[in-house]
Amino acid sequence: MIKEGIQASSGIAIAQAVVYVKQELTAEKKSIDDVQGECGRFSQAVEKSKQQLATLKEKTASEMSEEEAAIFDAHSMFLEDPEFVGAIEQSIKNDHINAEAATQAAVDQFYAMFQAMDDPYFKGRAADIQDVGNRLLRNLMGIEIMDISHLDHDVILVAKDLAPSDTATMDKVHVKGFATDVGSRTSHTAIMARSLEIPAVLGLEDITETTKNGEILIVDGITGSVIVDPTEEELKAYQQKKEKYDAYMAELAKLRDQEAVTTDGHKVKVVANIGNPKDVDGVVRNGGKGIGLYRSEFLYMNSDEMPDENKQFAAYKTVIEQFKDGDGVIIRTLDIGGDKKLPYLPLEDEMNPFLGLRAIRLCLSKPDLFKTQLRAILRASAFGKTRIMFPMIGNVDEVRQAKAILKTCMQELDAEGVDYDHQIEVGIMVEIPSAAITADIISDEVAFFSIGTNDLCQYTLAVDRMNQNVSYLYDPLHPAILRLVQNVIVQSHKKAGKFTGMCGEMAGDPVATLILLGLGLDEFSMSASSIPQVKKIIRSVSYKQAQEIANKAMTMSTGKEIRQYVQDTLNQLGIEVM
Amino acid sequence: MKRQQVTVTNKAGLHARAASIFVSEAGKYESDIDVIYGETRLNAKSIMGLMSGGIGQGATIVIEANGDDEEEAVDSLVALIESGFDEED
Repeated sequence: MIKEGIQASSGIAIAQAVVYVKQELTAEKKSIDDVQGECGRFSQAVEKSKQQLATLKEKTASEMSEEEAAIFDAHSMFLEDPEFVGAIEQSIKNDHINAEAATQAAVDQFYAMFQAMDDPYFKGRAADIQDVGNRLLRNLMGIEIMDISHLDHDVILVAKDLAPSDTATMDKVHVKGFATDVGSRTSHTAIMARSLEIPAVLGLEDITETTKNGEILIVDGITGSVIVDPTEEELKAYQQKKEKYDAYMAELAKLRDQEAVTTDGHKVKVVANIGNPKDVDGVVRNGGKGIGLYRSEFLYMNSDEMPDENKQFAAYKTVIEQFKDGDGVIIRTLDIGGDKKLPYLPLEDEMNPFLGLRAIRLCLSKPDLFKTQLRAILRASAFGKTRIMFPMIGNVDEVRQAKAILKTCMQELDAEGVDYDHQIEVGIMVEIPSAAITADIISDEVAFFSIGTNDLCQYTLAVDRMNQNVSYLYDPLHPAILRLVQNVIVQSHKKAGKFTGMCGEMAGDPVATLILLGLGLDEFSMSASSIPQVKKIIRSVSYKQAQEIANKAMTMSTGKEIRQYVQDTLNQLGIEVM
Repeated sequence: MKRQQVTVTNKAGLHARAASIFVSEAGKYESDIDVIYGETRLNAKSIMGLMSGGIGQGATIVIEANGDDEEEAVDSLVALIESGFDEED
């Protein structure tokens, strides 16, 4: 059975399916007569949960670190807690209700208690209680806990969608591909797949229902299709296609140390987007010589508490030192709010989070939090070329305010005698149309622009890219987007020494490469795995040709027309794109 | 009965890690042990009870033990809190 979805990460994977379903647990309340038996059932579930946690702890400690394993100790202690366990046993004995309902009630009670606390740390522990509670309930109901962190064979992960916590804990050696019900090219799952360089097809609508555990699945991330339980012939054909693809990738790998330069000598930078210091390996492997977008929020999201200055400094320094002989590192300051939240930083619920208090707006409203990060970046800048980028800038005043805070940090460091790069360049991410349109005004205050096409498209086209009913309207090649991109590039080039980069998904899309090159984009920043292909396209044409292609595309009226034109051109030029 | 007042100095207060060390230590003693924080009395052997107190850095608490080993219990728990749980900054 062939199913079509959204092509989210290239490549072909063939493996057994693991259907990762997070079942809703509903504890039905029943009266019971056999109190003794019910208490026994409960103790068994507690014991089983403790054993599972001990195993998890041991594995995490040996594969990750003692520190990351400690959470399972805390979970075990909940299960030994006289008040928690006592409350459940009491209500089984006194109210004659089943263990599931008693457990649920105790979990709800403690959850509410922690949730109501002011201290964000304790508030965050509410989730741990729920975790332990769910484990107990699953064991009581006999529902297997799906653990994707330790697998013993290669699998395709089949899920409704994957949350950051799922992709963080999953077994990265054995997960060979993703197939999901929902999602788009720009959803978290897609971005993770590309950064892990594994094939992914998303938005398959009902793949979790049509696939059984253990069935063979082919994920074709090149065309965006999935074959469930393939025939012998299909299997054979895809094994060949996989070999051909792998050979193509091997050819691209040879470009690793070549420059991104056109046939007539026009040089651009092809660099990478990363979220963590450990992503650097993939960048180097793919021939990236710098970082065009370091998403600093992952440092905050992967932490139980606000990362302090030293912790941030260490993370930034690790990355900066890696590229000190290359193109340097652009660190984007904290981009939280919208769809990204921190457990320890309570924010008001907003009607329209994407139009609300996020990114630079949030940082300007919390100068202490912002200063901690800026100080850490400044200190790290002593170890290699570093640039600072402010996200979600909508007007020039915000740039001035952010720069004023940066200046205060510099003065503090001067007074403390701490070294940093006094010439550090400051730029902005262009993702709000107002910033793109007023690039001429803002360019007086910045050294560079970096166009964030994901949000720029969303805000310009008024399309929620996660909403499947309207995601067809999301098109980076829409003439409106191309005009904004062109304006930003043109304005930045009017001032000596200033440049424009792009760090949105569009920068790594082979169909957009020729147009962006022709419009004069200086820096292309993308998932590491897209680097070789984009470099290959750039090296296949002259700058003059690219300019002609861009000029022609700018006269066209729809994204569809432009896409067709570029694809035809790539074919004519004999540039193979997988 | 033995009681002693102590101020929590470690940065994160009695959070998961510190609370779990504290509860493990309390569990070694036969005595009933309570932590009194403001108006609330918490069971020192219950991690949830203890954490529900929301005891942060700078909080002053009273440790109270009742039983045969109350002396040792209070002394060791006070010493543990004063040690700051060996947290790194």
